[in-house]
Amino acid sequence: METPLTQHISINRPSLNLKDYVSVGGYQAVHRAITMAPQEITKMVQDSNLKGRGGAGFNTGMKWSFVPMNDAAQTKYLIANADEMEPGTFKDRLLLEGNPHQLIEGMIVSAYAIQANISYVFLRWAYNKAARLIRYAIDEAYAAGYLGKNILGTGFNLEMHLHTGIGRYMCGEETALLNALEGKRATPRTKPPFPQVSGLFGKPTIVNNVETLCNIPHIINKGADWFKSLSPGADAGTKLYGISGKVNKPGLWELPMGTTMRQLIEEHAGGMKNGFKFRGALPGGASTDFLVEEHLDIKMDYKSVAAAGSRLGTGTMIILDDHTCPVGFVHNLEHFFAQESCGWCTPCREGLPWTEKILLSIENGEGRPEDLELLEMHTKYMGPGNTFCALAPGAMEPLQSGLKYFREDFEKHINEKKCPWR
Amino acid sequence: MAVIYIDDKAYEVKPGKNLLETCLTLGFNLPYFCWHPAMGSVGACRQCAVKLFKDEQDTNGRIVMSCMEAVKDNMHLSVDDHTAKAFRSQVIEWLMTNHPHDCAVCDEGGSCHLQDMTVMTGHTYRRFQYKKRTYKNQYLGPFINHEMNRCIQCYRCVRFYKDYAGGKDLDVFAAHNHVYFGRAQDGMLENEFSGNLAEVCPTGVFTDKTLKEHYTRKWDMTMAPSICQHCSLGCNIIAGERYGELRQITSRFNGEVNGYFICDRGRFGYELVNSINRVQQPLIRGKIPDAVDKQSLYNHLNEILSNTKVIGIASPRASLESNFTLMQLVGKENFYQGISETEAQLMRTILHTMNSGQIHTPSLKETEKADAVLVLGEDLTNAAPLLALALRQAVRKKTIENAGQINIPSWHDAALREFAQQEKGELFIAYPTQTKLDEIASDSRHKSPDDIARLGFAIANYLNIMAPAPEGMDDDTLKYARQIADILKEAERPLIICGTSLYNEAILKAASNIAFALDTKDKKASLCFVVPECNSMGLAMMQAPSLNQAVEVLEKGEADTVIILENDLYRRGSKKDIDNLFNHCKQVIVLDHLHNDTTNRANVLIPVGTFAEADGTIVNNEGRAQCFFQVFMPKNENLRESWRWLDEFRQFKNGTSPEDLTTPGDLMDEMVGLMSQFKGAETVAPPADFRIYGQKVPREPHRYSGRTAMLANINVSEPKPPEDPDSALSFTMEGYKGIPPSPLIPFYWSPGWNSVQSINKYQTEIGGPLLGGDPGKRLFPETPVAENAFLNNIPPAFKPSPGEWLIVPLPHIFGSEELSIYTPGIAERSPKPYVAISKHDAENLNISESDIMQVQIRDQNYALPARIKEELPQGLAGIPFNIPGLSGIAWPAKGILTKAVI
Repeated sequence: METPLTQHISINRPSLNLKDYVSVGGYQAVHRAITMAPQEITKMVQDSNLKGRGGAGFNTGMKWSFVPMNDAAQTKYLIANADEMEPGTFKDRLLLEGNPHQLIEGMIVSAYAIQANISYVFLRWAYNKAARLIRYAIDEAYAAGYLGKNILGTGFNLEMHLHTGIGRYMCGEETALLNALEGKRATPRTKPPFPQVSGLFGKPTIVNNVETLCNIPHIINKGADWFKSLSPGADAGTKLYGISGKVNKPGLWELPMGTTMRQLIEEHAGGMKNGFKFRGALPGGASTDFLVEEHLDIKMDYKSVAAAGSRLGTGTMIILDDHTCPVGFVHNLEHFFAQESCGWCTPCREGLPWTEKILLSIENGEGRPEDLELLEMHTKYMGPGNTFCALAPGAMEPLQSGLKYFREDFEKHINEKKCPWR
Repeated sequence: MAVIYIDDKAYEVKPGKNLLETCLTLGFNLPYFCWHPAMGSVGACRQCAVKLFKDEQDTNGRIVMSCMEAVKDNMHLSVDDHTAKAFRSQVIEWLMTNHPHDCAVCDEGGSCHLQDMTVMTGHTYRRFQYKKRTYKNQYLGPFINHEMNRCIQCYRCVRFYKDYAGGKDLDVFAAHNHVYFGRAQDGMLENEFSGNLAEVCPTGVFTDKTLKEHYTRKWDMTMAPSICQHCSLGCNIIAGERYGELRQITSRFNGEVNGYFICDRGRFGYELVNSINRVQQPLIRGKIPDAVDKQSLYNHLNEILSNTKVIGIASPRASLESNFTLMQLVGKENFYQGISETEAQLMRTILHTMNSGQIHTPSLKETEKADAVLVLGEDLTNAAPLLALALRQAVRKKTIENAGQINIPSWHDAALREFAQQEKGELFIAYPTQTKLDEIASDSRHKSPDDIARLGFAIANYLNIMAPAPEGMDDDTLKYARQIADILKEAERPLIICGTSLYNEAILKAASNIAFALDTKDKKASLCFVVPECNSMGLAMMQAPSLNQAVEVLEKGEADTVIILENDLYRRGSKKDIDNLFNHCKQVIVLDHLHNDTTNRANVLIPVGTFAEADGTIVNNEGRAQCFFQVFMPKNENLRESWRWLDEFRQFKNGTSPEDLTTPGDLMDEMVGLMSQFKGAETVAPPADFRIYGQKVPREPHRYSGRTAMLANINVSEPKPPEDPDSALSFTMEGYKGIPPSPLIPFYWSPGWNSVQSINKYQTEIGGPLLGGDPGKRLFPETPVAENAFLNNIPPAFKPSPGEWLIVPLPHIFGSEELSIYTPGIAERSPKPYVAISKHDAENLNISESDIMQVQIRDQNYALPARIKEELPQGLAGIPFNIPGLSGIAWPAKGILTKAVI
């Protein structure tokens, strides 16, 4: 089984420096890419069926293809979204700390494909180690001529900057990220216009997730068909899957796209801890719907998870066990989302704190039967399209599915006027 | 046109608009908060949700925000859809979770957009049972009150203040459900347009603090359409009164003039009406008692007028009607403008250009659309504030057009600003000091008035070789002139702005030459003149001699009595010159509303009504005649319009007995009959006998309360409401309830729309002209482009002369205007007297910032603290124009500056 993303990552040694990275075949994709036409690269990535690993699952090459390519003099931006703040998600961290040159290489190739001349790594503030490593790696890449003016004598220029955020979940949303990077409040922007046309500082911009960008060098080196062959299912490539919760071996694994939940929990995470029973899981981070026992055998790819009523999201699941109160679990999540709302649109700004307060009162045994109706009202009216961005709809996913699958637990709280787990 | 289907009914609508404005134009009551017709859409509040269907077959549809959807042909949507309605009501419920239930004590109550929208959506019962979040309020200065707990986070305040008006000190802080709109710390809101926050805010967070001082509900005010008297732009305002006190000024929409906004001087500068300094009774000085009744006054006047040679001195702040009746009383040959010869000459030059018909003087609205602007010798933020606000919009036009190329519609404010970033259109400014607009200018140069004129002449010469060229220009300035010339030539809608502020005629001529030179067969350049006062243009059009000529006549003894109309002459020349004028008068008759240095010289002083107690017509800088209407009938019967007093004297003088004195007929008809240049001014507003279904237009809303009780402490039987023989408006709540003709709109109200947002119902389309057309008539006819006669008289380059400084007047929005200063908050914001000098001169004189300097201007001496301005050219000094303590300077002035010896 091939593991292109993590093949050069080892917890037993520091990440590879540029020299060592080159010695294992690093930066070959850059050498290869510069012999190709930018549109050719975009086509190749599009053909590979690489989908955005940040959670939205949109075809990466397709996304790039909307960048205007007619004005050679125009400033364009490529941004690596490394603001990994989805609760329960720690996949990009491994890539950032384990092999920063892989990301930089992917960014250079991607920037070349859209003919961007300035690139940023927008990094979560708390990833201090990654910041240090990336800063060092960028310097190395400049010194080696992979960044800067006239890269490898091609006439292609690319500057790269590391930007560390200040710890707002909102900045992981690509348009809010753009505002933050411009020094403005991290409120999202409307689409259209899409960033590909009017992005950072009003210029064409591509924002890609770290894991997405790390796949690019391998696709360039080995081709679209190879990439598709990595996965037995409908979605191409490998995926970093993670598990947190009461399992024997919580962790992160690079596996073919479409590995089932059961395989992940039982084979890779070593099953549930003794005395703990699986009740459900958020398959792709805090903003995805619960999946339960009946879904254990579904494939963890975009389409299959969606068919089961949830989203693959980041592919890092949080497991709910029978010793944990689902109401408290959801309340904890809604507290996070309410706090991370940027305050721009009404439903999110006013609705999330309301749900948080209701959940807390239910958890404290002060809930009323009509509170469940109010929670349901919120899940209905904070759906996609009703709010300005995806934060509130995402926040409603664990709540709406929690109400669906664990309704009796909510009712018990209300009827018994206390939390049965306390 | 596009056809869209709303709830299965077809409508023909304009493409390019968003669905919200389209629905509102069609008359749908669709609630909204964050969208504003002048500021566009951002999609924040989610209030204007409608259901949008893919096509005719689609029955599911999806919720969209109508403000964020462009109108497309064959669109199917539903406003009445159950889910959309429920969602709109839900948004209100969310907003209400934290909104205090303090309507009864909230200044906004009764004219609150949030109240209206809450009722509109049908949200009634509160289901949120937790604590509300609370905030600390801030002190924001004398104009605006802050009550953050009421905030519904629509973001309009910061969008107006920062994005639209260029303010720096109001922002949004914090996040999630604790976002805060205010300043970084307590303090005066600095921006000159801060008062608009009270109208832009959909609820009671930002309210008019001056209204709070004498609070009255909107529905309890008697209101009238009026025109701002505090600068030459003629912004339309609504003035409201109760119990004989003027309570509030709000913006009155005029699509051609001020649009939705007014400046803080215009909004808050109304306290003169309520001032204790008002002249209350006719006075005959020397008589005991000196206060007299009308009969004694007329007898006395008759005696004076039949035994003396009388001249009349008019005023640029009095209405056409008042100036005209004075002229009729004293005779055309004895009628003088009441402004200095210098100012009169400037106005003649402007009139010459305007009368040529060869240039286009743009409306304020048109200036907003300019794509390249050159400002010569004006500090617009201080001299004509709304014009500065218009230019802040104009510099965005280019990027808005560019954004159109990637399909960002012009109403999509958020996307436009993200796309445009800091990019600005072309704006060039030449002025002696830095101005606030410099920050958005492509380039600004700081020059002496003559050098500004020379730059202008050079630009005109580049544009057309026939225009005279200045000699001895340095290469850098020539290059700059060529750059500007090229940009103006390329522009589709070039705009030149100049004015009288620097008292420099050459600047006006240079600007006219540029405009002439830009004229082509297909397009005319716009040339905008900033003039000193609200009716400077109207007065100049009367073509009378200046104050200096009046002095000559008096000196020669050809006249010995003056009638001075609403004019403090001590603001028009040096004290010595004005003293000299009065010393040559046997009798001084003054009509004015406030005591001042001139009224102190009066032998006979007659109280008159301010704009709030009088009707009148004034002509703004564009040449647009506009009418203001009396707001209320003052209890003091002596407070009458100047024109009424003057016309009665005329009748009296001609032998009409006191009991037979009549109200003058239509003065404007008479005036136009005698002076054809005013043709059109008589049709600005419907005549006094205009009726709709036999009814007058009421000044009071139908909810006006307490009418039968308000005078019950005096007499239990309600007195008959005062009659208004002068206009089609009545002083009551009875009358025509519909939408009146646009010049007669006393207030905005529509069923379900109690706030200022009800303006939507008065427009032909949202943001467009008022129903029946925007009020006001432009008086100057334009002729097709012809061969232009370029103006000459290029001044030599300015050279500092040793020991003598050219002193330029520096206008201040708060302080330089005579009447607004009666508002305490405006007086508070007026600068203290100072003298601005260049860094170089300061070094030569060994002056540091704030050192006291002796400034000698002719025979007057001032001790003023120095303000060192790095950019000010050497040999130039600046003094704040006509602020308290510094009036009485004959401009343009030269002076000697020395370091004060202490």
